[in-house]
Amino acid sequence: MFIQDEIMDAEERISFLLRELYAKAGYSRYRMSKFEEYDLYSRNKDFLFSEGVITFTDTNGRLMALKPDVTLSIVKNVKDVYPQTRKLYYHENVYRVSAAANGFREQTQVGLECMGNVDTACVGEVLKLAEQSLQLCSPRYVLEISHLDILAALVDAIAPGGEAREKILECAGEKNLHGISRVCREYGVREGAEDGLLQLLSLYGPPKAVLARIRALAKEYGAEEYASELAQAAAVFAGSDAESRVLIDFSATGDTRYYNGIAFKGFIDGVPGSVLSGGQYDNLMRRMGRKDKAVGFAVFLDMLQRITEG
Amino acid sequence: MLNIALPKGRLGEKVYAMFEKAGFECPELMEPGRKLIFDNPDRDVRYFWVKPSDVAIYVERGAADIGVAGKDILMEYRPEVYELLDLDVGKCRMAVAGPAGFRDREDRTLRVATKFVRITRDYYASRGREIELIHLNGSIEIAPILGLSDVIVDIVETGTTLRENHLEVLETIVPISARLIANKAGFKFKTEPIQRLMKELQKEVEAK
Repeated sequence: MFIQDEIMDAEERISFLLRELYAKAGYSRYRMSKFEEYDLYSRNKDFLFSEGVITFTDTNGRLMALKPDVTLSIVKNVKDVYPQTRKLYYHENVYRVSAAANGFREQTQVGLECMGNVDTACVGEVLKLAEQSLQLCSPRYVLEISHLDILAALVDAIAPGGEAREKILECAGEKNLHGISRVCREYGVREGAEDGLLQLLSLYGPPKAVLARIRALAKEYGAEEYASELAQAAAVFAGSDAESRVLIDFSATGDTRYYNGIAFKGFIDGVPGSVLSGGQYDNLMRRMGRKDKAVGFAVFLDMLQRITEG
Repeated sequence: MLNIALPKGRLGEKVYAMFEKAGFECPELMEPGRKLIFDNPDRDVRYFWVKPSDVAIYVERGAADIGVAGKDILMEYRPEVYELLDLDVGKCRMAVAGPAGFRDREDRTLRVATKFVRITRDYYASRGREIELIHLNGSIEIAPILGLSDVIVDIVETGTTLRENHLEVLETIVPISARLIANKAGFKFKTEPIQRLMKELQKEVEAK
C-alpha cells in the first residue's frame, strides 16, 4: 500500500523515515504494552526523565503504571543473548510530568537499543545512526558527545562521593564552572584541585580540535583508556560531511549509577532543548541483574513540532 | 542575531553597562520610552527587558539565547539552561530572618513564610527540620509580626527593611548574585558570539 506524502504531517513523516533508517540498519521493531508493573519504576526512579508516574490498580490487584520510559521495559523484557547482540527499535508513547504542560503529558519517542555484546564498533554504529536521525529531522543540527567515565575520573579525584560529587556533576551539566569551584570550597577541597575538571569542561568543540588535550588530561587522571574510546567513537565521523556537526562537550552528562562510557545529545536549530538523548547504560544492566552491555538513544518527536510547524 | 533578555530595573541597567563595555552595545536601550525590544544590527544583538523572574523562562524556552538572572530564581525554578558566569553584581543573600532574639523551639513545627518554596523546602529538608510552609507573594516581612509565621526565608540585601520591622537575619542559606545564562540549543548554534561575550564579561568581573 502506498501512502500519499501530503496525508502525513511532518512529525509522522519523520517517524516513518527514522523507522526506515533503523530497519535498514538491521534493527527489528519492538512493540510493548502501554502498562508495566509500577515496581520497575519505583526501583529505578532516578533513571526516569521526570518524577511522577501515572498508576492504577489492575483487575488482579497489581499496581501498574502507564509507561514513563521505554528503555527500562526493554531491559526487563528482552532476554540476555550474550555473546550475541539484539538490535531493536521502537516507536512508543510515554507518559511523563512536563514542566511546560504543568502536569502529565503523552510524549512520542522513536529510538533504538542495542544489547548484548556491545563493543566499540557497536557504539560507533549507534552514534552514526543518531547523527543520521538528526539529519533526517533538519539540516541544521549538532550532535554532542561526551564520555562519562572520563568526567567521573576527574570528579572522583576531588570528590569521590556524597553530596559534593552530586553537586559538582550537576554544575558540570550546567557548564557552571564558578559553581564547581564554589562547591569545592564549601566542602573543603584544596584550592586548585578542580583545575583539571574545569579545563575538561572548557574543552568544547570538534573532536579534531579538542581530542589531543582531552587525552593529555585523561592521562593525568588514569583515564587514558576512556579517552581512546571517545576518540574511536568520534572517528566514525572522520572525513564525512557530518564531521563539522559533531562536537565534544562534557556537559552532556547522565546519572552515573545508570550510564557509563559514551553519552550524547542532539540539538536542532530553533528547538530550545535536546531532541535526541542517548548513550551506554551498562550500569543500568548491572542494576537489573544482567551481565550484558547496552547502548541506545531516543528521538523526542514532540520536541520537533516547532521545526515541523515552521 | 543574539537575543538577550535583561531583567527590568536597576540590576538590568547595571548589567547592560557591562554588556556595552564588552562591545555588545545598543544605545537605544537606555532611551526613555515604553519600547521593550531593541535591535542593533551593527552588533548583531537584540535586547529585551522582561520581569526579572521571567528571564530564565525566556532563555529556557529559546525566546532568548542568553539572559541575566539572579541565582535565587535559578535555584527556585531550576530551568534547563547553562549557567555560564557569575557576574558578581546584584549581590545579596538568601536568609532566614525572624524577630530579634528568636529561638527555634525544636519540639514544635517551625512555621516559615516565603516566596521561595523550593529553596525553603530543600534547606530545611537537608537539616531534617519539620516545617509548615506558608507561600506568600510579597510583603513577607510582616508575616512574623502578625504571627502568621515564626520566621521568613527571603532575599536580604542591606537588611534595612528587616531592621525597620524589628527582624534580624538568623541564618544565611546561600549568597546570591546575577548570573549569565544561556539556552542549551542556542549555545550550540551561536557559540562564537556567546563565548566572545562571556570572555569580555569575565574580564570585567575580574577587573572589579
